Amino acid sequence: MKILENLFHIIYYGKSCDLNSENMEIEEIMKADKAIILELLRKMLLIRRFEEKIIDVYSVQDMKTPVHLYIGQEAIACGVCVHLKNDDYVFSTHRSHGHCLAKGTPPSILYAEFYGRKSGCAKGKGGSMHLVDTERGIWGTTAIVGGGIPLGIGTALASKMKRDNKVTVVFFGDGAADEGTLQESLNFVSLKKLPVIFVCENNFYATNSHLRARRATDDIIRQAQACSINSLQVNGNNVMDVYNAAKNAVDMARDSGEASFIECKTYRWMEHVGPNYDYIKGCRPQSELDEWIKNCPIEHHKDFTKSMGIITEDDFVDMINIIDAEIETAIAFAKESAFPDTKELFEDVLFNNI
Amino acid sequence: MPWTKVFLNNKELDNDGVNKGLRSISYKEALKEAHNLMMDKDERVFIMGEGVDDPGGVFGSTVGLCDKFGRDRVMDIPLAENGMTGVAIGAAIAGMKPIFVHMRMDFLPMCMDQIINHAAKWYYMSGGRVNVNIVIRSIIGRGWGSAAQHSQAIHGLFVHIPGLKVVMPATPYDAKGLLISALEDGNPVMFVEHRWLYDSIGYVPNDIYTVPIGKGVVRRQGKDVTVVAISHMIYEAMLAAKELQNEGVDVEIIDPRSIKPLDEGLIFESIRKTGRLVIADVGGKMVGVGAEIASRVYEDMYGFLKGPVRRIGLPDVPTPCSSVLEKAYYPDYKDIVNSIKTLLS
Ligand SMILES: Cc1ncc(C[n+]2csc(CCOP(=O)(O)OP(=O)(O)O)c2C)c(N)n1
Repeated sequence: MKILENLFHIIYYGKSCDLNSENMEIEEIMKADKAIILELLRKMLLIRRFEEKIIDVYSVQDMKTPVHLYIGQEAIACGVCVHLKNDDYVFSTHRSHGHCLAKGTPPSILYAEFYGRKSGCAKGKGGSMHLVDTERGIWGTTAIVGGGIPLGIGTALASKMKRDNKVTVVFFGDGAADEGTLQESLNFVSLKKLPVIFVCENNFYATNSHLRARRATDDIIRQAQACSINSLQVNGNNVMDVYNAAKNAVDMARDSGEASFIECKTYRWMEHVGPNYDYIKGCRPQSELDEWIKNCPIEHHKDFTKSMGIITEDDFVDMINIIDAEIETAIAFAKESAFPDTKELFEDVLFNNI
Repeated sequence: MPWTKVFLNNKELDNDGVNKGLRSISYKEALKEAHNLMMDKDERVFIMGEGVDDPGGVFGSTVGLCDKFGRDRVMDIPLAENGMTGVAIGAAIAGMKPIFVHMRMDFLPMCMDQIINHAAKWYYMSGGRVNVNIVIRSIIGRGWGSAAQHSQAIHGLFVHIPGLKVVMPATPYDAKGLLISALEDGNPVMFVEHRWLYDSIGYVPNDIYTVPIGKGVVRRQGKDVTVVAISHMIYEAMLAAKELQNEGVDVEIIDPRSIKPLDEGLIFESIRKTGRLVIADVGGKMVGVGAEIASRVYEDMYGFLKGPVRRIGLPDVPTPCSSVLEKAYYPDYKDIVNSIKTLLS
């Protein structure tokens, strides 16, 4: 518990609360590293518990929005977003809960949006597929597959023109890689040299369609290579691998305005949309899911964190309890929030309502 | 005619003593049957679309077809809507008869270039030498917070384009018959379905038959007011007619089935009788199908009108997510009732 407390202290107050150490500098660095390792675990758990809560409540049928759960893919959002500044841009997809949470969006305004409340991040207008949090770099989310990719190239272009030193991350799936928007964007980025990081979450399926039904190879990275964009394939279920790849990519984008492409191999555990497993409906083999569950990104990172002596099992349980309490508060906030007034249907159609 | 009957629910069908013994199936089953029969009959017919071979089978409308016909003829495709539409058009140019399926109408904007600039104009641009026999199915979504990008009804956009046909079947009988007609038509046909119709039931013959594109049907005879209702709004119109019957108002309901070409003769004939028109569309009112019908009626039937034409449709607002806003967004039978009452008062 001592280490955990101290590391939390570092994360939240920016300094250690343990000042007895002789060799301060190394000690601090090690602690900072440990703090990041721990923060990655905490964020992944937050996303997991956030979505498991959706599974819990969904059958009540008052969360009236289609939910595309991210369970199984948490390492990617967390390993990437931890490198981003608050106002760096993130573009995501229909499956965006994890990206928002990793970027720091409070669970409360997400749940409120899912419940169609006025206090939701899009005032109940958008729902789970159209999340927005401009304070944290999320300037809208599209549910048209591939639609967000060029938007992210556009913000990167603006950053270059404005010299604001921001970077953009575009998250998208293997399905989106089928779309012309990806190839068109890659070409433009290689032409213009823009500060953007393409993060392809290759979970092998687009709805129930396997990658092999849609392309002749498993490797999407080749598309980026063909445009001479710095590219890398990583195990998307290993958060430290994602972290390291993203660190280089973000540094490169920020320091020299160079783009990168990271393909993360991963797996979505739940059905394409909704709170259930889909092997029951015959969409995918259960054995495949079982293999990937064994390869759980959170379990994997938890083991790593334990082996580093950063936490104990008790610490882990404490961490879950803290997160669960946060989630309960967020759900309560959402459910207590008011619905929009029906006249709001006609608001926000045009800028300034002109 | 049993085939033109609209049933609001299973109970109504059970109580329909006259036609006992006729087979009734759902809209989605009727669609599947049309695919099945036509693929049996004509090797050139094939289906392509995202997820057409998956266990759900486009909400049940293609279920099991890939087991029977194989994945070459029931073809899952990459998520590349515009390019794939071009591929389908090319196949049609070469004599195939593709059915391109979109689970949501909202994905059609991805294909606008190929549909509008290519499919629609190919025949004309080639001086009538090369036609494009393609059917593009798409489904209008609704409800459960589907929101702005998963519930659009943009059929009106296609009506605007010369060279396209647009059909919107509301019953299982029409779904099957119009799909078969569309496949035999020789032109690009936009085949627009509505998710809320998928479980509706009605009488459907087992064999191949056609419903002529461009011919509407009277769903209910009446003398006081004409309601032209499109797609799912037929069911709302039937409910409205029921309610108004108790108040002594006799509503005639016309289902154009095809909105391009439009059976304006049938609509005009009805207006000659009733002198009043309400148009109920599943799409937006703004420059929509209702606007087109209304202006044709004003142009040609002005002398017969006893009051202004009234339109019911979506407000000029994207679809909201929140259930309370959804409720305010979608018109239903009550709006039709009110509209008719205003017209009569
Ligand atoms: C242009 C477009 N085509 C089809 C769809 C329907 N659709 C929604 S999500 C999806 C699969 C996307 O797969 P992928 O990009 O791999 O993301 P994942 O769902 O695996 O996160 C499809 C086909 C859509 N929303 N937009």
